[in-house]
Amino acid sequence: MVPHPFRVERVQRETADTFTLTLEPAAAGIEIRYRPGQFNMLYLFGVGEVPISVSGDAASPVPLLHTVRVAGAVTRGICELGRGGTVGVRGPYGTPWPVEQAEGSDLLVIAGGIGLAPLRSVVYHLMAHREKYGRVAILYGTRSPDDLLYRSEVEQWRGRFDLDVDVTVDHAGLNWHGRVGVVTTLIQQAQFDPDNTVAMVCGPEIMMRFCVRELEDQGVDLGDIHISMERNMKCAVGFCGHCQFGPEFICKDGPVFSYQRIADLLDVREV
Amino acid sequence: MSPKSKDLTEVIGRHPLFAGLDPTHLELVAGCASNVRFAAGQQILQEGKVANTFYLIRYGRVSVDVYSPGRGRVTIQTLHKGDVLGWSWIVEPYRWHHDARALELTRALAFEASCLRKKSDDDPAFGYALIRRFAPLIAQRLERAELQLLDVYGHVAQV
Repeated sequence: MVPHPFRVERVQRETADTFTLTLEPAAAGIEIRYRPGQFNMLYLFGVGEVPISVSGDAASPVPLLHTVRVAGAVTRGICELGRGGTVGVRGPYGTPWPVEQAEGSDLLVIAGGIGLAPLRSVVYHLMAHREKYGRVAILYGTRSPDDLLYRSEVEQWRGRFDLDVDVTVDHAGLNWHGRVGVVTTLIQQAQFDPDNTVAMVCGPEIMMRFCVRELEDQGVDLGDIHISMERNMKCAVGFCGHCQFGPEFICKDGPVFSYQRIADLLDVREV
Repeated sequence: MSPKSKDLTEVIGRHPLFAGLDPTHLELVAGCASNVRFAAGQQILQEGKVANTFYLIRYGRVSVDVYSPGRGRVTIQTLHKGDVLGWSWIVEPYRWHHDARALELTRALAFEASCLRKKSDDDPAFGYALIRRFAPLIAQRLERAELQLLDVYGHVAQV
């Protein structure tokens, strides 16, 4: 529960309000190991803590990468630290994406907005173990071309022959030559066998709901759909109850859930 | 039926929008269809104008745009091979709600709306079959517009 000090090595601006921090342990003997989809609590000393998914490659856990969107005092402060600043890190916490269970299946990685950050670790894993999966499609939707996360990296993924990568934005001006429309339209275009497909979906809850509906229409079993939930997490170990979601704690039982497990809860308003 | 219109009927019958349509009705649809081609940048639909055609895109890319004073033309959707362009032809007052233009060389099947409406009036079962195929498309487009309006990526928790 005690945060370890990490030094900010680099702050990369991704979009107008989103930054990727490269963090190195500031003391010896700090072991870093995580699985795709897990998160750390980042502590801005004297201000507060926030749960942020790890967005790097779990096979090369150092340096630690966290993509942070500025949304309040803590996240703003963290993004303004700059090179040489210190941030507290404790974790990793939570359930990972089921990348091993998905082996042998077609895989749909569906991200909306900053939801690509927790899924980037999955993409790294897939690229390193590509032979273990069937068709792989990465479908990414965001608000506008200016809001595209990891733009140059997504372009590189798109250049590979063994990944189907498709990107869409909700609206665009004349200088955008890609797709325009909501992310669910990409699901209809993707090539996969619904009877043997695992989908991993991350983004705003309403976007995930629409994606699940589309996946279900396409014949994907609800048990094969996994989503990453977000709630107000404080302790990250299931003690404080801030992130309680019905009988589940998002921090401990999630953030990655099988959709089937929480489908009934998502239908309840103000859980 | 001429070999040409037979080919057209087969092409139309393979499209998901018309898959499974009664063969007699399929021929009625094909009788209102023709092949068209748009150059890159060519305007296809104009907001407010009479909706007298709809298209099945066979090749190319089309943008659906809204003109907003001060912002200019904003693309709200792109359509691609296999997509349907235009549903306003089936709902009164038969006027386009958006602009549309070809983003690259685009080939499509064009269906003359007055021809289809006349055949629908003459054969209500045919009209009902068309409505049943276009209603889900309209609902889907509305749902997508709703998602865009919600600006789902714009809201984040304050932390």
